[in-house]
This record gives sequence, C-alpha cells and structure tokens, in this order.
Amino acid sequence: MRAALVSSPTTTPRESKTSRIGLGRRFIGVTLSLPPFQNMIDVHGEDVWRVLVASVGKDDAEDCYQETFVSALRAYPKLRPDSDLRAWILTIAHRKALDVHRGRARHAVPVAEIQEPADSNGRPGPSPNSDRDDGLWQAVHQLPERQRSAVVLRFVGDLAHSEIATAIGCSEEAARRSLHEGLTKLRKEVLTA
Amino acid sequence: MTDPIEHTLKAGPQGAAQDAAGAAVRLRDRIADQGLADVVYGEVDSPFGVLHAALTKRGLVRLAFPEEPENDFLQELAGKLSPRIVAGDSALDRVKRELDEYFAGARRRFELSLDWVLITPFAKRVLHKTAAIPYGGHLSYAEVAAEAGSPRGARAAGNALGSNPIPIVIPCHRVLHSGGGLGGYGGGLDRKRFLLELEGALTPALPGTPPRRR
Repeated sequence: MRAALVSSPTTTPRESKTSRIGLGRRFIGVTLSLPPFQNMIDVHGEDVWRVLVASVGKDDAEDCYQETFVSALRAYPKLRPDSDLRAWILTIAHRKALDVHRGRARHAVPVAEIQEPADSNGRPGPSPNSDRDDGLWQAVHQLPERQRSAVVLRFVGDLAHSEIATAIGCSEEAARRSLHEGLTKLRKEVLTA
Repeated sequence: MTDPIEHTLKAGPQGAAQDAAGAAVRLRDRIADQGLADVVYGEVDSPFGVLHAALTKRGLVRLAFPEEPENDFLQELAGKLSPRIVAGDSALDRVKRELDEYFAGARRRFELSLDWVLITPFAKRVLHKTAAIPYGGHLSYAEVAAEAGSPRGARAAGNALGSNPIPIVIPCHRVLHSGGGLGGYGGGLDRKRFLLELEGALTPALPGTPPRRR
C-alpha cells in the first residue's frame, strides 16, 4: 500500500501551494529535492486534521493524524520530489480514515446499541448555532464509503476531481458521481432533520 | 449562490486550527520518542543571536549562524542528508546546555557527540587537527595544514576551515595567520575575535557588546 502511494501519479500540480513548500524549485537545474518533512506538518497538518475530523470524528482523528504522518514520514524519502505533496498526504489521511470506518463496521455488528455513543462521538461543548452543523457532520460520517470520501476530499480537502479519483482509486467520472450522490443525500438528510 | 451545506463543509469542523496544533505537538513528541526522523533541528540562543542546530542519530551535524536563512539551512540538510527532518525540542537540550556553559566561560571543551558526515575527507583531516587545539590556544593555517598532511598548504586548510559545518564546537576560530593576523572566519571576523577573547587567547581591544549581525 505504501509503495502504491509513493508512486501515485500527480496530475494537477497546485502552483500556489506547492511553490510555498517546494523549496527545491529554487535549485532548479541542479536537483529538485523534497522539502524538509517538518514543512509537511506545518503546511498541511491542519488540512489533514480537518479531513480526518470530517471523515471519522474528533475522537478517532487524533490516532489517524498520528498514523498519517508517521506513515508519510517513513515513505517520504522515496517520494518523487515533483509530487503534489498536499494530494499525497491527504490520500494517506483518507486511507487511515477508511481503516477506522472499516474497523468500526467490523466491530459494530454484534451490538447495535453500543454503536450509537461511539458513533455520535462527542463534540462535548458545541458552540452556539452548531447544532445544524453537528447534524451535517454526523450525516457525513454515515454516508456510504465512497460518497463520504468524495465529499470530504472535495470540500474539506479541496482536492480536484482527478486527485480524488486517484485517492479513492476510481475513475474521475466515478468520483464526480459519488460526490454528487453524497451531496444529494446530505441535502436531503439535513433538510429533513 | 453558495449552497449552505457546501459552505459548512468547506469551513470544516470547528476548532480545527487549535486541535491540529495540539496534534502536531503530540506528533513531534512521538517522532522524537520513537526516533523516526533522520535529522532533528532547533534553535539555540547565543550571544550572536539565534543559532540553528541540527542533530542526526550520531550527534550534532550542523550549527548555523543567525544570518543563514532557516529555509536554506533545512533545504541543504534535506538535500545532503535526508528529507526526514523535523523540529525537535528536548533533543537539543544538551547542545543548548553546552553552548550556554561555553559562552558563560564555564566550559572549556565540548562533550557533545558530533556527526562528521557533511565534512569532506580532506576537510576532516584539517578539522580533526583543529578540534585538538586546546581552549585558549591557537595554531596558524600553515601549522594546521602541515599537521593535516596537506600538500596544498595554508590556503587549502583555510578553505577546509571555511567549510566547517559545526563552527564554535569545532573551533576553527582558533586558527590564525602566522603573522598574528586573525585570518578569515565564516561567521565574520568580529565573531572570531569575540570567541578568542572569550577564551582568553586575545586581549579585548575595546570593551563592547557581542557582535550581532543583521
């Protein structure tokens, strides 16, 4: 899995974001080198966190965040320096979130009642007017896997459709479709709530 | 135009910035505890201003004067050593302590372990000889060159000293012109003079504050 991530093709380089961290570009003509890993944490840490909280909820986000960056750190030297680092780290985060959802699905089968508190996974002190937002995030957590991934990576992760397709491992067309279906479902859920 | 649902999704979960900052601190501790990084760096205060220090698992590999931009410092290490570089905190405690003691005049030799990996073979011979010059002492470029077995003489030794990646700790400031002149110094001659005066190898010409460059 790690090897697959490392060799993921990068389709749409984000000029503005990569140039902030792509310090290696300054030595263009010599060798393009990866920026120090600390930049990954400084520049993308918050986006990784947002994607994870949106996908698995705050309680599980912490472990996923740690696992995401530890996996990334291990694989980092093998990454091609011209890779889109943001799409790469968000793809790893996406896979860690999937592991959590699949783990929950496995463990939740026997006792349905226990799933509820685990799933509503406390945002203990919701700020005012966040009730509707909480409902929305709950609905996001409960979307089918591919729809949830597409919605989270598109809106929270701000990835392009092609990058979402790479992250999920589907065609760009399928990614668009999942995104559309997910959004439609969210609108319905939130409006009827 | 903006769909409220898309708007909320784009805004992301509440309090993310703060929570992410906390998670980043725990990540740094975990990387340190488990030794997952190849290079750990941080800031070290000194009379010259804030120095940047980098450590590998073998020891101190680089010490940079304040005017060297942090990005250049990090990118050089990423290119020459490994991009697995993270900011560290407690890993640098020993470096900070020994440098503090040195600048306070309370330490005459460093006991830090050093990583010589950034030093070329010839420079290594020169800097080994340099590292052996005692506190308060000095040698000439020609003497260091001779001791390093340099066929290329004082100028080559000067270049090797100028490439010292761990100044202060490898005391290249203790190498002077044989005529008594200070010679050169990568960190600037004011600093060389300051260090030699600190060690009592030179008598202060003028009372003054430590030279800070901006």
